[in-house]
Amino acid sequence: MTDKEILQKLKKIVTPYVQNEEGLNDFDETTDFLNDLKINSANLVDVILDVEDEYKIEIDNDSMNGMLTAGDARKIIQRKLRNE
Amino acid sequence: MKRRVVVTGLGVVAPNAIGVTNFETALRGMKSGITFHQELADLKFCCQLGGKPDISDEILNQYFTPLQLRGLNSSGIIYGVIAGTDAWKDAGLTISEDKRPDWDSGIIFGTGILGVDKFREAIHLIDAGNTRRLGSTSVLQTMASGISAYLGGILGCGNQVTTNSSACTTGTEAVLMGYDRIKAGNAKRMLVGSCGDHGPYVWGGFDAMRILPSNYNNQPQQASRPMSESAVGFVPGSGAGALILEDLESAQERDAYIYGEILGGEINSGGQRNGGSMTAANSEAVQRCINRALINSNISSKDVDLINGHLTATSRDAMEVENWTRALNRSNEEFPYINSLKGMTGHCLSASGSIECVASVLQLDKGFIFGNLNTGDIHPEISKLINTEKIPKSTLNKELNILAKASFGFGDVNAVVLFKKFVN
Repeated sequence: MTDKEILQKLKKIVTPYVQNEEGLNDFDETTDFLNDLKINSANLVDVILDVEDEYKIEIDNDSMNGMLTAGDARKIIQRKLRNE
Repeated sequence: MKRRVVVTGLGVVAPNAIGVTNFETALRGMKSGITFHQELADLKFCCQLGGKPDISDEILNQYFTPLQLRGLNSSGIIYGVIAGTDAWKDAGLTISEDKRPDWDSGIIFGTGILGVDKFREAIHLIDAGNTRRLGSTSVLQTMASGISAYLGGILGCGNQVTTNSSACTTGTEAVLMGYDRIKAGNAKRMLVGSCGDHGPYVWGGFDAMRILPSNYNNQPQQASRPMSESAVGFVPGSGAGALILEDLESAQERDAYIYGEILGGEINSGGQRNGGSMTAANSEAVQRCINRALINSNISSKDVDLINGHLTATSRDAMEVENWTRALNRSNEEFPYINSLKGMTGHCLSASGSIECVASVLQLDKGFIFGNLNTGDIHPEISKLINTEKIPKSTLNKELNILAKASFGFGDVNAVVLFKKFVN
């Protein structure tokens, strides 16, 4: 799975939670979930659950805390997929 | 200055109709909303019937955002949000995206138990060691005040936003609590009402108490029989009712349509003494509640044109009618008209009071008395007390001035509210 494919999927996963739709226009590695997309912080756990369902992985609390941007999420997903 | 409190908006999600216009048609046509539920049969319920509003995806999408709908599994919240939002719009109020809350508007929206199906989901996940999979809305959908919280956010209310709970008295109690708040000058308008979840996990406990009818499973529409000799128990229901109560001055300033006026009421408890218990009403308390409601409303018992009773279709109905005859000191042909919505909707439990208050206000406003469904065999204990013509079997067109609405609940709690046709 390429970086681009994962980012595309991530964009789809976060879309229902986004309160600033404009932030989706230039969705890339640097997009910050809370600041750029204005996702309600309580909804971050839902994003994590949706990512888990999509990739059949489990994201622990420590990894979740480091997941602030789309790039962070992409790296965590790839790490989990490699079973590290 | 003596404030007057009027009703300027209505919303309803009932087993027999959704929306005020459909509800009026259903009331006039005495439409039953009781249906057979295979799910209850599969679970070996004695009573396999229930009153459940039919909410389509199309309706859901009108009231909830896609985000709100994700994982939404609390039927009480669904019913309450639809009824509450409808009442707000019906009152001609807008939903503002303003950063500033509406400090003059509050919410008292009650429930008995909320989000039971969501809670069941959570219990299964927790017991399987999967607590981390609950998602972010498990608490919001199962906290009792979830319904007022959802409505408060949707409507942007900045006054008191809370949830009351007093079993089957809840909805009528909410009306009186909102009335008090406006009367005291603490709010200009209050969205009041109540909601109740549907389904086996709400209704099972009542089935276990053997207070639901088990012999009508193949005739659902005949099962709920308030005031009948053949009544053997109530049919459980669900839904929500909502009213916008408003300070008369505020309503007139914004030129709002006025459905009716609330003259006052009373809330009390029988203390589970003197015949009262966790499940039965102390008759002295019921009569006292009615009497004090009349005094608080500054009217005489002779002024009451119609009673919308609690009348659930149990053996207690005769006792309720007797309490009315004693409290009003009126019987036989002197007795006012009386009706019970529960023949059509079943007993919507925590939602019943508010749904029935909506039905009450509609009857006053439109000038009719809906007929009592399934009252072909009035209980002899009742016909001994009042002229059976006072229990209309079909809908009557009739101008009404004052309507008394009562609700009683487990825990021996009572509420009576008096509505009056509005005259400036």
